[in-house]
Formats: sequence, C-alpha cells, structure tokens
Amino acid sequence: MVMLTEFGKILIFIILAIVFVVITLFLNKLIRPNRPTYEKKKVYECGENPEGSPWVKFNIRFYVVALIFLIFDVEVVLLFPWALTYKEFGVYGFVVGIIFLLILALGMAYEWRKGDLEWARPEPKPPILDDLLNSNKSEERKK
Amino acid sequence: MSLLETVIFAVIKMLVIVVVMFLTVAYSVYFERKISAWAQNRMGPNRVGYRGLLQPFADVFKLLVKEDIVPDAAHKPLHTLAPFIALFVAFATYAVVPFGPSINLFGYDVKLVVADVNIGILYVLALTSLGVYGITFAGWSSGSKYSLMGGIRSSAQMISYEVSMGFSIAGVLLLSESLRPIEIVNAQYGWMWNAVLQPIGFITFVVSAFAETNRLPFDLPEAEPELVGGYHTEYSSFKFAAFFLAEYANMIIASCLIVTLYLGGWQIPYIDKLGLGETLTVILQVGAFIFKVVFMLFFFIWVRWSIPRFRYDQLMNIGWKVMFPLSLVNILWVAVLIMIFNL
Repeated sequence: MVMLTEFGKILIFIILAIVFVVITLFLNKLIRPNRPTYEKKKVYECGENPEGSPWVKFNIRFYVVALIFLIFDVEVVLLFPWALTYKEFGVYGFVVGIIFLLILALGMAYEWRKGDLEWARPEPKPPILDDLLNSNKSEERKK
Repeated sequence: MSLLETVIFAVIKMLVIVVVMFLTVAYSVYFERKISAWAQNRMGPNRVGYRGLLQPFADVFKLLVKEDIVPDAAHKPLHTLAPFIALFVAFATYAVVPFGPSINLFGYDVKLVVADVNIGILYVLALTSLGVYGITFAGWSSGSKYSLMGGIRSSAQMISYEVSMGFSIAGVLLLSESLRPIEIVNAQYGWMWNAVLQPIGFITFVVSAFAETNRLPFDLPEAEPELVGGYHTEYSSFKFAAFFLAEYANMIIASCLIVTLYLGGWQIPYIDKLGLGETLTVILQVGAFIFKVVFMLFFFIWVRWSIPRFRYDQLMNIGWKVMFPLSLVNILWVAVLIMIFNL
C-alpha cells in the first residue's frame, strides 16, 4: 500500500501555495486597467528626471558582513548535530562543545578587533565661530 | 486508508489551514490599524462594515483593481518574481507549525499540523533564508536607487540577525533533542517553558525575529523619511499587496515560532490535574496556543508604536556585538544547566 509521507504533504502544500499565487496573478491581470504613459513608466526619484545609473555603488562593508555571515552560519549548522546529541555524551560532549564555542568566540573577537564590524557613524561637530571665519578666509584665498 | 483518501484528507486539512491563515493575515492588518489608532488617540478604520470589520477585504480588493505600473528601467521577470517569492515563502512556512496535540475527529486521529516532519525547524530556517532572495531581487530589479539601497540594507540586516537566531535555536535543541516542532513543545511540559529556562535565548530570538520580519524598530529597509518605500518603492497593484501580505504572514509565523520554541506551544501548566475530558483539554490547549500567538502579535504592534527606529550602524552593532555574543552565552548557560540539573 502506498502511503503519503509527511514530506509528501509538504509538497502538496507547496503546490497549493504556487497555484494560489498563479491564480491571483491571473485574476489581477484580468481585472486591472492598463494605461501606461511615459511619466508613469519613469523610475521614481521625487519627481525629478532619474540621474545616472540606478545601480549605484554601495559600501564594501556589505560584502564583509556577507562573508562573516557565511562563516558563522556554517558554524550554526555544525552546532545543531552537537546540540541534538548533547545529553548522550555527558561531560565529554560538554568539553567538546566548550572548545568549539571557544574557537567560535575567538574568531568573533578577531573580527571585532580588526574593526570589520564597525560602521561609519555620523560625528556631528557643533560649528565654532573661529572655524567658520577660517573657512571663509580659505575660500577667499582660493578665489 | 488508500492513497487517494489520504491525499484528499491532507488537502482538506490544508485548505482549512490556508483559509484560517488568510483570515488571520487580513485581521492582523485590521488589528494593527486599530491598535495604532488607539495608541495615537484616533478612531481607526470604522466605516466599512460594523466598526470597520470589513476594512481588510476592501483594502485587498482595492489593490487588486489598481493599475500595475512597472518602470521601463526595471528587469521585468525578476521584478514580477520577487513579491511572489516573498508571499510563497511566508505561506509555505505554515506547513510545520503545530497548533495543538492530536485530536480524535470522526474516528480519525487528526494531528493539528499540516506536516509533522522530523526536521521542521531546519525547514523553517531554510525557508526564512529564502525570503532574503525575494527582497534582494525586488531591490535590485526595480532599477531605482531607493529600491537598491533598501534591498541591500535589508539583506545585510536579515543575514546578520539570522546568525543569532540560529544560535538561539541551538539552545532550544539542547533541551528538546529533536528538530520536530511537536517534540519541542512536548519537552516544555508544565512550567518548563524555554522562556523560563533560557531567558537570554528568548530575548535574542525575539529581537532577531523582529529584525527578520523587518518590523519597527528594525524597518531600515523601508525607512520612509530617507528611502521613500525601500525595496517596494516601484511596486503597485497586487505585487505591492503580495509584499504587504507577506510582511503580516511573516509576523504571524514569527509569533507562532516564538510560542512554539519558547512559550510552550499549546501547553497549559497543570491542565491534566483538573481531570477534564480529552476533547475539552485539546480545545483548551488550541485556545491557549491562539491566545499566546495573539499576545505576541499584540507585542509586535505595541513595540512598533512605542520605540523609534534605529540608525543603521546601531542596528549592525546590536546584531553583531550584542545579540551574537548573548546567544553564545545562552548556549553555554543551557549546557551548564543540563550538566548540573540533569534535565
């Protein structure tokens, strides 16, 4: 006799989700108006004409964060089997886990010390009268 | 039962859950609008239906009949795909959430969960990681600077908090020794809730859940004053509704997960001592689960209207320098707890 496994139910659920999404998309296509104009199809930039490429350069720190994430997420995966069998191994499992967590914490401390977790933060300086006068003078000198 | 019968049975159960799910998503929107109105001393929606009860349906219908505007600069296939990845991921996660213990219905033994898989928690983690794709695609494919910045910020934020979320879950697994949601709930029998045994892990998980669902105070991806609408600046019509529904569905899923992992799921302490009938107990337990989820939803909304948004460097600092070390400390705490008390 063929039985439906629990994963089979998940498959049916996923198929239901996809069918639902496709049906609503189709329904939406049937009943919505479609009158595009030049202005509507422009990218929103607060009413101005879009300036330059939309794919602007962004901070390299986002890549650094992605790399750190990759390392630690793999460590999460390595930690799960240990967590699931922890009670079977007693003190031995405890010591192994502590060593693993220690290495993990060391890696974290290294990233922290290297400054890979620092983000540019605003440093507001209250304007001082002398500075303002000096900057005016230097601008005059440039002229 | 033959295969066909099992399939039909499973589909009926799923359809019931899907309908309930839609109603909860729709009414969580209503709930949020009413609570925000209450927090700001306004009326909130009160025109459509009795006290505005039909408002969520009016909202969705309005978005269905709106024109869909796609900018010329957008990458069209990805632009269309992105909101549906978000919606699909949010709904597919419901498959493993247990609403209650087994119930005897018309001679069948019905489990109150769509699929009782032994890797439920891994399934949830995998799907929530997929959710990052929806938002990143939306940001990149719109061809707008606001969308791109919003999408990139969002992906960096979500992956940062996913790490501390994973480590917090490891603390739960130490106690339950299983990835099956039902067994995790059973392990929290009586007052042995994980929120009581590992309060640090509970806090890190709740904060990470807020960041993962992009809710205030972590809604940097769509920070209105600086990024207009973030990754959904260029979305309209039902595609926007898909993101909107996905956000609320994610919020409900996050509440369900918090309740399942930390607040004892459907457990009510000492209910078996009262000597109630089996069916009545199950009904009370499902009620307890719903009550806890609604309370967590209220908490989500309450925080939104009480705490201002973080700055981006503060957000990353909290994620990596506070939540991450705390979740490591939590694992140590649970490990020592098990060693000492032999739980």
